[in-house]
Amino acid sequence: MGAIVQFFQAIPLDLIIIQTVNGIVTGLILALVASGLTLIFGIMDVVNFAHGELFMFGAYMGVVLAAATGSFWLALVGAALIVAILGAALQIVTLRPLIGRDPLNTILVTFGISLVLQNFALWEFGPTSRRIPEPMSGEFTLFYLQYPWYRIFIAALSAVIIGGFWLFLKYGKFGIWIRATAQDRVMAQAMGIPVPWVYTGVFAIGAAMAAASGVLFAPTTGVDHSMGLDWVLRAFIVVVVGGMGNLGGSIAAAIFISLLEAYAAIWLDPSQAVIVSFVVLILTLLFRPTGLFVATPR
Amino acid sequence: MTVAPFDKVMPLDKMRLSHTAVFWIGFCVVIALLIVAPLFLPEFWRRFLTECLIWGLLAMSSDLLIGYTGMISFGHSAFFGLGMYGAAGALIAVSPPNLWLAILAGLAGAACAALFVAFFSIRLRDIYFAITTLIFSQIFYVIIFTWTKVTGGENGLIFTRPHLSIPFIYDARFNSTTMHWFVLAVVAASYLILRRVTQSPFGMVLQSIRENEARTRAIGYAVERYKMMSVMLSGLFAGLAGVLYAVQNQFVAPNFVYFLTSGDTVMYNVIGGIGTLVGPIVGAGFFQLARQLLSQFFGDQFPYLIPLGIVFIAMIIFLPQGILGFARRWLNR
Repeated sequence: MGAIVQFFQAIPLDLIIIQTVNGIVTGLILALVASGLTLIFGIMDVVNFAHGELFMFGAYMGVVLAAATGSFWLALVGAALIVAILGAALQIVTLRPLIGRDPLNTILVTFGISLVLQNFALWEFGPTSRRIPEPMSGEFTLFYLQYPWYRIFIAALSAVIIGGFWLFLKYGKFGIWIRATAQDRVMAQAMGIPVPWVYTGVFAIGAAMAAASGVLFAPTTGVDHSMGLDWVLRAFIVVVVGGMGNLGGSIAAAIFISLLEAYAAIWLDPSQAVIVSFVVLILTLLFRPTGLFVATPR
Repeated sequence: MTVAPFDKVMPLDKMRLSHTAVFWIGFCVVIALLIVAPLFLPEFWRRFLTECLIWGLLAMSSDLLIGYTGMISFGHSAFFGLGMYGAAGALIAVSPPNLWLAILAGLAGAACAALFVAFFSIRLRDIYFAITTLIFSQIFYVIIFTWTKVTGGENGLIFTRPHLSIPFIYDARFNSTTMHWFVLAVVAASYLILRRVTQSPFGMVLQSIRENEARTRAIGYAVERYKMMSVMLSGLFAGLAGVLYAVQNQFVAPNFVYFLTSGDTVMYNVIGGIGTLVGPIVGAGFFQLARQLLSQFFGDQFPYLIPLGIVFIAMIIFLPQGILGFARRWLNR
């Protein structure tokens, strides 16, 4: 008994609370990235390997636009729009010819896109990491830390974007088209919905969400050409753990995994804390292969 | 008046060589060319050719999964890397370093990794398999990257090359020519083994899993066991490639375990032609040659992956069978 009590007393409560805040903040950004990925998968059957690169590209666009216009908010909107157009163009050129072929082809093509985008960023912007200044400077005291308000703000904004997106899917006309296409592609086409353009639109929306999260995240760490790889891997884990193509599940899984990683980082090196999410993935595959947060196995 | 059919007048069958004969003549010609090549090539290109063969072996091993079993593995870097680190461990721990011990250790390492990955991932299909293998390879990457005491962390390990020794018969230092011949012998033997495997009843079952998994299961084959065997076999050959790479370059680094190596492997397969076994070797050669030439013309900083990535995307859309796709049936007969 004594050992157990000692163990619980040894857990630093202040660290736990700090890491909870950290975990929720990264979790909401991760949810924003992963919901684009899961949307693209759920509707188009495309595993978008290039999603992390769209995130990275959005962050770079944010850097460029913030430097050019001087306004963070303009940069946020502009980067999302530019990457949405880029995403639409990529979808039309590379993914549209693959409609009706084995979905495995799409993972290969998007892998190719990710390589091209990543090396383009390295070539264009160089290997040194860039920064965007934080748009708001306030801080509040969390135990012994000065915690920036900006982090709380990006978490809230991510939640707002996800919520707005959900409302759009539920009530918007295009959102209804999207859901109709996801349910039955042929029937939707018969009802006059322009299915190929719905696909393009979905890809553009997913890309814009990735870009927006890239710009939002950029001030907290630097922007460099390889940041996308890290995020796409975590987003993949989230999407599998949450259940492929399940929006609510991905959001829950994103927060769950980020919290676990944050807690693990109390005792482990941050680079080893990633292993915790790998373990969650393995356990999920073993016991709930359809996803942790799916109510009834499909 | 009726004209006799052409082949009655001139019996074509007698004049044409059988498929088997053409295949073996072609095989011998290619091998002979590769044997004499290092005698004429300058040192740099000799090493380059050897490396192409090693990458070809890695790509060929993953072709067993991609082309024959129909499962795209994005985790071959794990098997390759474990083969490398296994060999490195044996070469550092045992003195004097022994080549055969290194191969054994590398194969054992790759086999462990393959068993681990296969156990969790074979029940998954298509993209789920691809993502899962990718994430598993990242697990190995993180372990190797952070376990600095044993693996050297980011810096990797450096060691001396073992002698090429056949007990009681031959014992000499490797030079770049004998290294090339050794690699060539291993790759050629691996090709023949893999070709035999894919044509065996076992290989036929793998191909039927690729075509229709549900039906294969319904006929009564234990699909999971076959998939397991296929991942293990593929992992073993990938580990062999890792051993060769370690011996050739005398260093190992965690970069090779990163999933971009697996991505390259998939690119070799798609460019060369999946399901042909030789195609991936051709694809690896093409990829490496293009990379080499691009960086010679435009300088080391040139992002060669941009044009190669575009070629890769274009090939998936317009030429999904790859360079050797036209010969696929013929090669598998």
